[in-house]
Amino acid sequence: MSAANKEMGPPVIELGAMGWLRKNLFSNWYNSLLTIFGLYLLYNLIPPLVNWIFLDANFVGSTRDDCTNEGACWIFIQQNIKLIFYGLYPTEELWRINFVYLILLISGVYLLIPNLKHKGWVGAFLLIIFPIICVIMLSGGLGLEAVETRLWGGLFLTLVIAGVGIVLSLPIGVMLALGRRSKLPVVSILCTIFIEIWRGVPLITVLFMASNMFPLFMPEGVNFDKLIRALIGVMFFSAAYLAEVVRGGLQAMPKGQYEASQAVGLTYWRMMALVILPQSLKMVIPAIIGSFIAIFKDTTLVLVIGLFDFLGIIQFVGTNPDWLGFSHEGYVFAAAVFWVFCYAMSWYSQRLEKKLDTGR
Amino acid sequence: MSSELMIEMKNVHKWFGELHVLNDINLEINKGEKIVICGPSGSGKSTLIRCINRLEEHQRGNIIVEGTELTNDSRSIERIRGEVGMVFQQFNLFPHLSILDNCSLAPIWVRKLPKAEAKEKAMEYLKRVQIDDQAHKYPAQLSGGQQQRAAIARALCMEPRIMLFDEPTSALDPEMIKEVLDVMVGLAQGGMTMIVVTHEMGFAKEVADSIIFMDEGQIVEAKNPKDFFDNPESERTKTFLSQIL
Repeated sequence: MSAANKEMGPPVIELGAMGWLRKNLFSNWYNSLLTIFGLYLLYNLIPPLVNWIFLDANFVGSTRDDCTNEGACWIFIQQNIKLIFYGLYPTEELWRINFVYLILLISGVYLLIPNLKHKGWVGAFLLIIFPIICVIMLSGGLGLEAVETRLWGGLFLTLVIAGVGIVLSLPIGVMLALGRRSKLPVVSILCTIFIEIWRGVPLITVLFMASNMFPLFMPEGVNFDKLIRALIGVMFFSAAYLAEVVRGGLQAMPKGQYEASQAVGLTYWRMMALVILPQSLKMVIPAIIGSFIAIFKDTTLVLVIGLFDFLGIIQFVGTNPDWLGFSHEGYVFAAAVFWVFCYAMSWYSQRLEKKLDTGR
Repeated sequence: MSSELMIEMKNVHKWFGELHVLNDINLEINKGEKIVICGPSGSGKSTLIRCINRLEEHQRGNIIVEGTELTNDSRSIERIRGEVGMVFQQFNLFPHLSILDNCSLAPIWVRKLPKAEAKEKAMEYLKRVQIDDQAHKYPAQLSGGQQQRAAIARALCMEPRIMLFDEPTSALDPEMIKEVLDVMVGLAQGGMTMIVVTHEMGFAKEVADSIIFMDEGQIVEAKNPKDFFDNPESERTKTFLSQIL
């Protein structure tokens, strides 16, 4: 008997492609039915989609007359690419935006390559010096011609709003979360009120308030840039959500970590910065990135206050009489670009989680 | 032995809500003394030592550590925490830091030692608890006994004058208890002032200058080990000893 046992492998049916199919797709009659239905759907969806996007599509040309109308006409995107990417930013000044992109790209790639030295300095540069460069390069100053923010638009504007919103909202969110858990009642109550007010209001309302009502409260003649008002709105809105995410992480920390930090003599802020936050933020990375992705997509709402972000400008160029009737292409393109950015964030978050994993 | 007073507790009381966890505690501990505290669970022994470095706040009476009275003044708390090291039942190492960084963190940020010096000193103490070969691992990669020894090294890196141990072997698998106790015995022989909450009576016999038995928030009996085991006075002590020996 023992000899027979030694030679006995798993039943053939469990092995190989057949085994996999059987186990995962055809394990019983209703799973089989669902599998067949799914295949049928894919068969009806995928080929037409591929045909429309690639095989029957037009890629070369300069006017709508070059579109054969059998598939997508990507000439529409191609002809309006400057508007879609940069808005009304003056053409001769576009190098300034591209220069900023380039710096961002180089430092981003540098940070992504494992085991390089001085990453801390590059990070510090990105967080402290880079924003200054951005402000000067993008809006003008130091001999550069001023470019009003009403000319900003397209993907560029989306990245500005999302970038500023995301980068500034995280530290504010962390402070709000710490404040809400503070032992000082005044701090705790103020932070709670702040968080709950911002979370309880739709972003669209926040933007309307920032754009239309805020100026009413300001003294005559004081005029904040509309973009800055929108940025502040997006920032606090995102911060309120992040605060609750971070608070969740703080509450999941075992009490022993606080006690051990105190026992070795760390003060409150050092304990938070060196022991508690590194661990609790790591725990909530997926939720933080989820929040970032949400705020990235929510930037499309700035259209309601007359800022033409990426999606807004695509809709806008679709109303150009020369290009009426190409909104499908516009939306598909917008979806694809949004997906690339959101997936990049998601991918980065998974990478970060793996990298920071120390076994607990 | 020089009798420099290190810790003085006078009429200390503490309540958790209605529960009177510390009831009129009076205690004097001199430099170099080793005190073992035992007693049934819930008797207040952990709370007592946690009051010494202010992880718990006492509500009445005075606690004076090395001449500094514990009050709400954060400077006095910080000063005392710098002098008092603590080892926990659950180790409480920082899981996101390597063992070496666990040990050098406080010396760098609290004592303001240069990084290189702090790490050098950390290695020294890790060698002393015989886990210097594990210095670059993370806590989760170590066994319980190794983690607890790392936790002892972390406390020692602050060069405390007093060490508190809160049931340091209770969470360990039996075969790892000895390696931790050996480290503690070594520390005791080096002259450290130690207060140890433990049920390891073998350790108590070998090391303690005085054994304190607590029950229901009170110190029931405090004696040298020989008298404690041979002539316990109180019935409660006798019952307790018969249960654990």
